[in-house]
Amino acid sequence: MTKKKNDVITKEDVVVKFVGDSGDGMQLTGNLFSDTAALEGNDLANFPDYPAEIRGPINTIAGVSGFQVHIGHKRVYSSGDMCDVLVAMNPASLKSNLKWAKKGATIITDYDTYNDKVFEKSGYTVNPLEDGSLSDYNVIQAPITTLTKEALASLNLDNKTAEKSRNMFALGMMYFMFNWKQDKAFDFFAKKFKKKPIIVEANKLALMAGYNYAETVEAMSITYNVPAASLDKGRYRNISGNIATAWGFLAAAERSGRPLFLGSYPITPATEILMELAKHKSLGAKVFQAEDEIAGICSAIGASFAGSMALTTTSGPGLSLKSEAMGLAVITELPLVIVNVQRGGPSTGLPTKSEQSDLMQALYGRNGECPLIVMAAASPSDCFYAAYEASKLSMEHMTPVILLTDGYIGQGSELFRIPKVASLPSITPPIAEANDKDYQPFKRDPHTLVRKWALPGTEGLRHRVGGLEKENGIGNVSMDPANHQLMTDLRYNKVMKVADSLPLQEVTGASEGDLLVVSWGGTYGAVHTAVEDLINEGKKISHCHFKYIMPLPKNTEEILSKYKQIVVCELNSGQFVQYLKINFPKYNYTQYNKVQGLPFNVSELSDKFNQILKEI
Amino acid sequence: MEENLTVERSRVPLTKTDFVSDQMVKWCPGCGGHAILASVANVFPKIGYRKENFCMVSGIGCSSRFPYYVNTYGFHGIHGRANAIATGVKISNPHLSVWIATGDGDSMAIGGNHFIHTIRRNLDLNIMLFNNQIYGLTKGQYSPTSPIGSVTKTSPQGTIEHPFNPGELVLGAQGTFFARAVDTNVKIMTEVMLEAARHDGTSVIEILENCVIYNDNAHLQITSKDLRDEHQIYLKNNEAMIFGKNREKGLRLTQGGLEVVTIGENGITEEDLLIHDQYSQDPYIHLMLAKMSLPHFPVAMGVIRSAMFSTYDDMVEEQIKHAKENTQIRNVDDLLNSGDTWEI
Repeated sequence: MTKKKNDVITKEDVVVKFVGDSGDGMQLTGNLFSDTAALEGNDLANFPDYPAEIRGPINTIAGVSGFQVHIGHKRVYSSGDMCDVLVAMNPASLKSNLKWAKKGATIITDYDTYNDKVFEKSGYTVNPLEDGSLSDYNVIQAPITTLTKEALASLNLDNKTAEKSRNMFALGMMYFMFNWKQDKAFDFFAKKFKKKPIIVEANKLALMAGYNYAETVEAMSITYNVPAASLDKGRYRNISGNIATAWGFLAAAERSGRPLFLGSYPITPATEILMELAKHKSLGAKVFQAEDEIAGICSAIGASFAGSMALTTTSGPGLSLKSEAMGLAVITELPLVIVNVQRGGPSTGLPTKSEQSDLMQALYGRNGECPLIVMAAASPSDCFYAAYEASKLSMEHMTPVILLTDGYIGQGSELFRIPKVASLPSITPPIAEANDKDYQPFKRDPHTLVRKWALPGTEGLRHRVGGLEKENGIGNVSMDPANHQLMTDLRYNKVMKVADSLPLQEVTGASEGDLLVVSWGGTYGAVHTAVEDLINEGKKISHCHFKYIMPLPKNTEEILSKYKQIVVCELNSGQFVQYLKINFPKYNYTQYNKVQGLPFNVSELSDKFNQILKEI
Repeated sequence: MEENLTVERSRVPLTKTDFVSDQMVKWCPGCGGHAILASVANVFPKIGYRKENFCMVSGIGCSSRFPYYVNTYGFHGIHGRANAIATGVKISNPHLSVWIATGDGDSMAIGGNHFIHTIRRNLDLNIMLFNNQIYGLTKGQYSPTSPIGSVTKTSPQGTIEHPFNPGELVLGAQGTFFARAVDTNVKIMTEVMLEAARHDGTSVIEILENCVIYNDNAHLQITSKDLRDEHQIYLKNNEAMIFGKNREKGLRLTQGGLEVVTIGENGITEEDLLIHDQYSQDPYIHLMLAKMSLPHFPVAMGVIRSAMFSTYDDMVEEQIKHAKENTQIRNVDDLLNSGDTWEI
């Protein structure tokens, strides 16, 4: 951190959090802030933090909605722990988010919303702006409501409409704080509200008023400069994990030549994938909103039988409902990708919060010996590649795949370097040829154990599959004991052989040493950042982040064997560590877990790792 | 009715043997399933589609072993989900003629939700509902169509549930096609199956099936030789609703609903009888016909309703066609580069 003459502080990274009532437009504000930073060349990661209720009661903590943006000159891997700047549009949002502000953080809040009536609703007994509780922070109390209305006076809008631009006043202050040119915001408004010129004008006036106000008040004496990040050359966009998942599937369908079918039932936080794919009929996507979770997966299984690249998307409780049908996809050996955007459980749990507690369910949560591929995406942009890879593995190996993402990476967003579809690996499903005299439903490739996919309508391949055990090869119903043993082993070995086509597991840091940090899925950003910081401090620590869980990459045990101590970090009570212990029992495992519906903080991880390193 | 043009027709004439599978049929001797299977083998060649374009889907239950016994593409699903699986098959490939074999447990109980929603969407599927009013495969428990008071292994004192009338459920779910047949009458089964195949939309055929082991003679009042003429009315489109051994009875519509009348009594002539209009979009009379039950009414057989409405699968294709004609996004590269992007 260097302080310059004109009070511009140059920073490696800054975390800004926008919080307000659900109706205050915090998601839009955060997105515009993030898009501007992207245009400035910063790396970034975002996370929306909204309540389970659509519009909680006004001015209460239940109604607070937030959006956190982490921008950097350095590479940014997570949406950040604590914020440097907190924009709180009312007392309730300040009360519920103050704990996320760093000591010394700048807090911008709307002074006009502070009155006794509102304090009562937000759970304050005294005015927090006056009781000294904010003395550790740089608080800017701006009369945002009043000034917004004044700025918009010439437009003759009603009060309610005028007040809707309060968020853009706040954004204007942020534009000043980050030394950004206002015309970037004007371009956004023009695009975003193309059909409502009056709103474009209102937002423009509000943003300018906020900018000018910030320039005038003395409290804003410090402004930030976050220089552009050094990113690989290429075309970039911002992308959330759920959208990336949907797009990865579309890419896989195009590349494989198999038409996309999604059968799904809306469930938070997975619904966006369904909504996104529903938009893309022009790419041939067939999207079926089913009557329930079971119909979602069963229709997908039917579509897979008929030759589609079939998908179903859900979150935890929905995965439970799909369990029986997953077994059907396993025994019929049909391709199918099941996406579970994990949320807090059990039962309805914490619908809008993130967790990694469905791993055991994904691995084992079905009747019978029922192996399938389990994968986990690491970040919002990785969801694109994970969805693509899941589709490829599923079709090429004729097996269902569970792709685990989570609410944090599903709804969070980050920069995405746009690939060319032609540059993605080819996908070649084992489709049976018409009139193949040797075709049998369960005749297998001797190396991969994969059966052929015979599509209804094809001449000479009429056959039956189903949930009853079948005789290997010929595919007749069979209750023969030896055949059941054989088929059980074949189904398992077929999935284990997928490891032959997986990339070897990589390690960040030294390939042997004192401490190996293990993580999987959506915690990559925080864990990677924590380990990288410690490596830079000269600590003997390495990081191994898993994306392929069933089967594990072939060199997994070799990696585990090279470290004195292994710490497995996950947002559950220790499911992956159990899985590793089952597979590789002889190593020295410890674990770090959190089940609060929240992502890991970098700082808590660093503390834990430092503690372990001291004890080794 | 117009022929369905979506499904490719066979270039060679087909026969029964084209659809007989090499699997041993494992239903009990005397089970109604055998006659239903024979009817399907009769009717598939008549429908005229390529044999590879038939797809048979089922759930769980005695009825659901059906796909193994027909030489088509076939999928034996899980309990209750036949309609959901078939929905995916048909949306994925609308060029298939999709047939569902299901039972009163499979589609009225565990799969009731899929049944009503499939019907509501009006996908072009053919559902053969084997109604034997009992759970046979699990050895004799009552089903959602067992008459109230039925003594079964799980209702030793008689059931205390009001049964579903499948026809009422179909029409309540806005069904566009409903037919009824008994398993002993291959001729009528074949006729209604042919009509179901030609109907563009979800066709439900309720087949009153006898379970010789667990619910023998359940439909005897309707099907027995002595009673069937009096206790059944076979509906034919555009014909007066007449029944009875001597074809002396009929149905007429009064303000209070349907009424059984005798031709020649009280000045009643054939002119007074209702003429069956299976194609009427209004389901009002169809519902009354479907609901008719003994002892006051004969049970309606044949095609009760066959109304034209748009189908889900056609509309899927239309929306895709429209989207393709009206888009800037023609491939995934276009999509990835759409919206806000920038070069670094």
